[in-house]
Amino acid sequence: MIVAEHLRGELRELTRELVTAAQQLSGPVTVAVIARDPTVFDVSFQGVDEIVNVPLGQEEFENDVYQTALEALIADRQPHAVLLGFTVNSMGYGPAVAAKLALGFASDVHGLALEGETVVATRSFYGGKVDAELEFPAERPVLLLVRPTAFAPAADGGNAPATEFAVELPPARARHLEFEEAAMGDVDITTADFLLSVGRGIGDKEAIPRFEQLADKLGAVLSVSRPLVDAGWMPNARQVGQSGKTVKPKVYLALGISGAVQHLAGMKTSDTIIAVNTDPEAAIFNVAHFGAVADLFDVAAELEKLS
Amino acid sequence: MKIVVCVKQVAVLGDEVEFTADARDVDPDFLDFALNEWDSYATEEALHIREDLGAEGDEVVVVSVGGAHVEDAMRRCLAMGADRAIRVDHSRPADPITVARLVAPVVQRESPDLVFCGVQSSDGVQAATGTALAELLDLPRVAVVTRIEWDPSAGRATVRRELEGGLLDVTEVDTPALLTIQTGINQPRYANLRAIKQAEQKQIAVVSPAEQGEPAYRVRRMFAPPKGEGAQILAGGPADIARRIREIVEERLK
Ligand SMILES: Cc1cc2nc3c(=O)[nH]c(=O)nc-3n(C[C@H](O)[C@H](O)[C@H](O)COP(=O)(O)OP(=O)(O)OC[C@H]3O[C@@H](n4cnc5c(N)ncnc54)[C@H](O)[C@@H]3O)c2cc1C
Ligand SMILES: Nc1ncnc2c1ncn2[C@@H]1O[C@H](COP(=O)(O)O)[C@@H](O)[C@H]1O
Repeated sequence: MIVAEHLRGELRELTRELVTAAQQLSGPVTVAVIARDPTVFDVSFQGVDEIVNVPLGQEEFENDVYQTALEALIADRQPHAVLLGFTVNSMGYGPAVAAKLALGFASDVHGLALEGETVVATRSFYGGKVDAELEFPAERPVLLLVRPTAFAPAADGGNAPATEFAVELPPARARHLEFEEAAMGDVDITTADFLLSVGRGIGDKEAIPRFEQLADKLGAVLSVSRPLVDAGWMPNARQVGQSGKTVKPKVYLALGISGAVQHLAGMKTSDTIIAVNTDPEAAIFNVAHFGAVADLFDVAAELEKLS
Repeated sequence: MKIVVCVKQVAVLGDEVEFTADARDVDPDFLDFALNEWDSYATEEALHIREDLGAEGDEVVVVSVGGAHVEDAMRRCLAMGADRAIRVDHSRPADPITVARLVAPVVQRESPDLVFCGVQSSDGVQAATGTALAELLDLPRVAVVTRIEWDPSAGRATVRRELEGGLLDVTEVDTPALLTIQTGINQPRYANLRAIKQAEQKQIAVVSPAEQGEPAYRVRRMFAPPKGEGAQILAGGPADIARRIREIVEERLK
């Protein structure tokens, strides 16, 4: 069983990926849609066997509501596996359901297989530098949070029957009030052809002007990883990643960025990725097309010299 | 007022990695240790709230699950200004639900007004322990919080929850509650040398682990990730690398 991911009336692409992930396991694929009016979301993708619509009195996500709905669905449908996206919403209720029902559990899963009857999941450890295969308690369902973009999206054109499922909801203890948009910035990094992107490897704030000048010289737009925004060195309109902007420039030149999963989520589909990092094991090299194991300041100094 | 902060001493991998003989984990000789980045923000936030709203006798208590060596990270929090520290003595690696089960009884005994966890640990990237712990404590919860306005007398807080793309969800939560704290919510303070010295003298309470039940997963095998198509390595010194970068850029932007 998967739970459809949607936000402000839009179904997320990740929902299709969850269908593909579920197909790595045996058994029918059920898509649960929890929303004020679940029928507005078209989740009839190839590979879906059943759609369960769970209508609510409200549109937006609240973790108590989703938790109650999912627990009722699990009790009713008895799935072997429940797949949710590794998203901020799912982080707010998935682990709670797993803890309450003592399910097998793993997050940020990027590989799935069935060996006999056993689910084997692959996830990363140590900041993406190491992968691990996990197995789960026998005879118990598993609840897995699946990494976005790890599985191909399922195609349109399914014809699964839909049923409605009613749940009794408790008053939420954490209530959605309103949304606040991320601040607009001076530049739009999503339209640049060439991004010079710097990370915590640049060391301190004093280094920023140097990279602004280098970007100018190279004809690039400067973007950054999250820690530079957290530290207040750069505005968040410049941030690449899951909680920043998703970019797809012709060239993404990353200096001193380790390649954390949330950073990669925002740039890994760039046409050409070049990474400079002193650590040969940095995860950024797993997605880069060109890599240099070098000190970024030495490389920057040489780039400055080129006319 | 009492705030409990769950903190983890995380492992940082160096430039080289080797695995243990059973291939289920990284050889500890290849690990360095540090206070989880997210937990330094969580600790700072707790101290900040105590300073802002607190009165005499209010406490910030840090709790960590781990062997004796994790006391280094706990002492960092004490040096920042936390009042007490409790370590749950458990030295095997554990899944997030097991960690939550180990922490829960300790937090329960403290009956705090707020519980903070980090959004995630930098080594585990589970982003799950806090939400699991809230369930075991039967607390309202909000994950990935970047701002807190708490009115203790009203038993409510208004918080900002950070979604994908930086969109903020303004959420009202009943307290006591558990919040998982995101980086950038504040600027964690540095402890000065005197505070670090004093923290070394402070007593850290050690408690035995409670019943954990069956783990939520078992690691079967750890391995170096496959290298995709593999980055083409730019060889030579910095000058050669810079020249090649410029060539690639010129070609790709054509
Ligand atoms: C919910 C959530 C959302 C997030 N959203 C984002 C997001 O949108 N964007 C984002 O970036 N992160 C995001 N993060 C944070 C992410 O997990 C990482 O913490 C962050 O990406 C790390 O940034 P970094 O690579 O610059 O720093 P680090 O991980 O500290 O890496 C610094 C790198 O620089 C290298 N280095 C150091 N010195 C040098 C030198 N002299 N020369 C060359 N290399 C050097 C080091 O080897 C290291 O690899 C998010 C986290 C969470 C939990
Ligand atoms: N061993 C531990 N001891 C105490 N708290 C922990 C431990 N592991 C994780 N946590 C808490 O859970 C948060 C999220 O970690 P994780 O779920 O492992 O990504 C951390 O920021 C800590 O607040």
